[in-house]
Amino acid sequence: MSDVVEKTLSALPSLLSLDSQAGAGKLSPSSKLGNLIKGITELTSKHEEERLIKKELESIKEQVASPNTTMRQMKEIMVRAIYCEMLGYQASFSYIHAIKLAQQGSVLEKRVGYLAVSLFLNETDEFLLLLVNTVLKDLQSTNLIEVCMALTVVSQMFPKDMIPAILPVVEEKLTHPKEIIRRKAVLALYKFYLIAPNQVQHIHSKFRKALCDKDPGVMTASLHIYLQLIKENPESYKDLTGSMVTILRQVVGGKLPLDFNYHSVPAPWLQIQLLRILAYLGKEDQGTSEMMYDVLEESLRRAEMNHNITYAILFECVKTIYTVHPKSQLLEKAAECIGNFVLSPKINLKYLGLKALTYVVQQDANLALPHQMTIIECLDHSDVIIKRETLELLFRITNAQNVTVIVEKMLEFLRLTYNVWFIQTMNSVFSLGGDVMQPDIPNNFLRLLAEGVDNVEDRQLRLFAVDSYVSLLQGETAKLPQRFLQVISWVLGEYSYLREEESDPGSVMRLLARLLDQRHTSTETRSWVLGAMTKLCSSPVYSGSLNTVLRQKAQELMILSQDTKLRARVLPAEDSSLSFLDGYVSEALAAGAAPYKSPHQRQEDLVQEKALSLEPYGLSLPVSLSSCSITDRRSPTLLSMSSGLSGNSTELSHQEGSTTLKLEGVKRVWGKDGYLAQQQSAGETPTPLVELPSPLLSPQSPPSQTQKPSSGLEPDQEKRQLASSLFVGLGSHNSVCLVRFPSTVWLFIKHCQSANQSNVVKALFKPLPLLLPVPLTVSTGDYGKMWLSFSHDLKQNLQLVTTEHQEPLTATLDALKGKLHLHVVDIIGSEGIVACRLLQGPGQGQPCLLHCRVHADSLAVWLRSPVPELPDSLLYHCQKALTET
Amino acid sequence: MQFMLLFSRQGKLRLQKWYVPLSDKERKKISRDLVQTILARKPKMCSFLEWRDLKIVYKRYASLYFCCAVEDQDNELITLEIIHRYVELLDKYFGSVCELDIIFNFEKAYFILDEFLLGGEAQETSKKNVLKAIEQADLLQECTFPV
Repeated sequence: MSDVVEKTLSALPSLLSLDSQAGAGKLSPSSKLGNLIKGITELTSKHEEERLIKKELESIKEQVASPNTTMRQMKEIMVRAIYCEMLGYQASFSYIHAIKLAQQGSVLEKRVGYLAVSLFLNETDEFLLLLVNTVLKDLQSTNLIEVCMALTVVSQMFPKDMIPAILPVVEEKLTHPKEIIRRKAVLALYKFYLIAPNQVQHIHSKFRKALCDKDPGVMTASLHIYLQLIKENPESYKDLTGSMVTILRQVVGGKLPLDFNYHSVPAPWLQIQLLRILAYLGKEDQGTSEMMYDVLEESLRRAEMNHNITYAILFECVKTIYTVHPKSQLLEKAAECIGNFVLSPKINLKYLGLKALTYVVQQDANLALPHQMTIIECLDHSDVIIKRETLELLFRITNAQNVTVIVEKMLEFLRLTYNVWFIQTMNSVFSLGGDVMQPDIPNNFLRLLAEGVDNVEDRQLRLFAVDSYVSLLQGETAKLPQRFLQVISWVLGEYSYLREEESDPGSVMRLLARLLDQRHTSTETRSWVLGAMTKLCSSPVYSGSLNTVLRQKAQELMILSQDTKLRARVLPAEDSSLSFLDGYVSEALAAGAAPYKSPHQRQEDLVQEKALSLEPYGLSLPVSLSSCSITDRRSPTLLSMSSGLSGNSTELSHQEGSTTLKLEGVKRVWGKDGYLAQQQSAGETPTPLVELPSPLLSPQSPPSQTQKPSSGLEPDQEKRQLASSLFVGLGSHNSVCLVRFPSTVWLFIKHCQSANQSNVVKALFKPLPLLLPVPLTVSTGDYGKMWLSFSHDLKQNLQLVTTEHQEPLTATLDALKGKLHLHVVDIIGSEGIVACRLLQGPGQGQPCLLHCRVHADSLAVWLRSPVPELPDSLLYHCQKALTET
Repeated sequence: MQFMLLFSRQGKLRLQKWYVPLSDKERKKISRDLVQTILARKPKMCSFLEWRDLKIVYKRYASLYFCCAVEDQDNELITLEIIHRYVELLDKYFGSVCELDIIFNFEKAYFILDEFLLGGEAQETSKKNVLKAIEQADLLQECTFPV
């Protein structure tokens, strides 16, 4: 393009002095348009431009109104009017003159007149009625150029009601000797079909004639109509399949004139059009699909050259292959082709690769597996478009095991991009999904709101949330789910201060008070509301409020919340729900106490803990509501540790120091040196070390090791880890994925459409497989390799066995070894690895690996296996074995 | 195709062709939004955008951005090639085209576009045929009214 710049520079002086020669593409020296453009380029401000254009429009207006203006001058004026309109200024007074120019001008003036009409007006404009007669006249002209112009304008816009007036003449043109006329007539009819299908019904047979036209241009044009017809009603056009296949074969085989080649590819537009038509014809129709397999394969094979245009054909071809009745051999080739897109360094192709994957994973989620690492990279791509497409892809492969990680990624993305939209969407998610939502969704949401530096953007987001909640509370609140009310209370308590003080400062308080008084508000929610009120009244706005009642209430609440005895006297405990304790409870929660659970509930929890957990712990445990009360202003920030996905090791080990965090379940690896020693003594290559699926260094390793900058593979490792949590559960048992679905409403709704209720129930109550493990003797090195290759994992804390003469870890592992015949591969420090293999049942002969680590008073166990059911059942038996000990 | 816009790096509109009926106000809003969005994107980013329910395909040639809006099922890559073919046509017609050619002769650029795309669909993809049609119309112009 450098020559273009050069030319621009060299052209400038001549253009500015306006002494260029006449001729095609060159500016006439006396051109008023030239003067206008030149004038505009010399201006420095928008204001000046406005003034100049206004003056110009005035002069144009004067000239068009003058009876002395010739058509030739009018043409020149019209060009200037078009220019002014393009700059964004209204020149509507000239529209009628544009029509006049098209009506009365000579051929070249007419051309500009028609152009101006097509730029100024659209098909709903009444002015167009004035043009009908002119168009009719021009269509019947003996001058080819005039006919072309008329056909061009009707293909762009024509009043629907006037179509019958010109239809017979346009129809006649289908048999015109000149191909350019036939081509334009076909396109005009296509346009008529789009705006008024009934009007052209009688000429369908003529379309067939156009399809068989000897000129490839006319034939191509007719395909626009056929694409539309077939899309709407494929059944009626099945008989055309053979013709379409033949045409495509001829095109692919290079039978068209070379004129139609584009960068040495034969008629790519035509090919793509045909491929789209074939997709509609072959969809859900095996017989028809079989007719096209050969030509589809040939298209794939021929489009090998490395040029954008061949990729365009390939992409369409892949789409067609995945739309028509499947043929495994073709699908394989298409999948390979998608791989080329995904792996391409060209960003456009990568995007289309992701898009194609998104399309095909709906049929086979495993197709995403070979591209895990690329997908992970795209997830952090600097281009939002790529990111969004990646999320779309992830959404399609969401299942029970990876839903938490994927939803988290989606929320992250939403927050970054669309503040207002995000709040609104979350509002509807909360209102609809409400109480069936997993608790970590509202949790994550609050965290996102609270996280981040206190910059303008964050404040806007919060303020928007506050405003939207206030207006929500002003309406009917009875239907809002409790969870949502809790979120609302927290946000209002936390960020109401961001509201402008123009409104009554007590309004938020009153809304909360109303919420508190409502009967359907649950006790838990009430405590949240009270927490919010406490926060609000500690702010001077309310305790110093001019509204005396409010001030009194705020002060009362403050004093009462500080003085328990007084409160007991003022508010005697007569209501059995003990709601007077709510303030106290919320305080206690704020101080870190666990929420109260009824004995019944505790029993249930206990049972649940023993039962199968279908949800993976992922990279870190979602911190439960109980561990961080929402009344604590800083809590959401602490919660952020669960975003360990993107956190690096130093950050996490730093956070480890703070006592508020629960770290069980966070993945640990072997101490670096310890593991290395094992590796070398076993004579293995040391690579598995860096591939161990955790970026965390064991706290037991020496500080110098921890500080040491990690190897270059570290980020890669993180990505692998992310990959393992995103792609977990893909494959054999996708029905399970519906079990825990209500995480966000759209995920829920979309999947429920395809969900089979009975499958869900079956999946929920899937019986445990019979378990008969035998020891599996492997070396530490082999263990490491196997560990990485297994995709199904599970984490759980088990109780430790304590004996007098043994370390708790050794004792526990020994107990497991004795009862379940597991092989203890190695024990290093507080960590141990164990392996076994299944003798019977569905996963016969398959291994399962356990990684155990002592944490506080329990044993954090992480199980992995290639068989999905194995970790579950083994864990169950481990629990049983240890309880019995 | 729903519309095509040409604009400069400074955000000045150089050409606009609408294939769907839209009010003047909507047109202005759409072009303003799109020009802003596209100019904010970095050169290494991908040429496709999802915008409202449309797909935007754009490409920069020297100081000019070419931007097309197509429907969801349309092929993005072929749309890029439509842009490229249009640039080739302009180039051939003006003889290594530059932004100034299009500024000063925008009506010619429109005529070429109308021979290439009709009602939003590719009408003639043979470069030779498009230019022949344009030349014929131009020739008529020169013969009838010598400049």
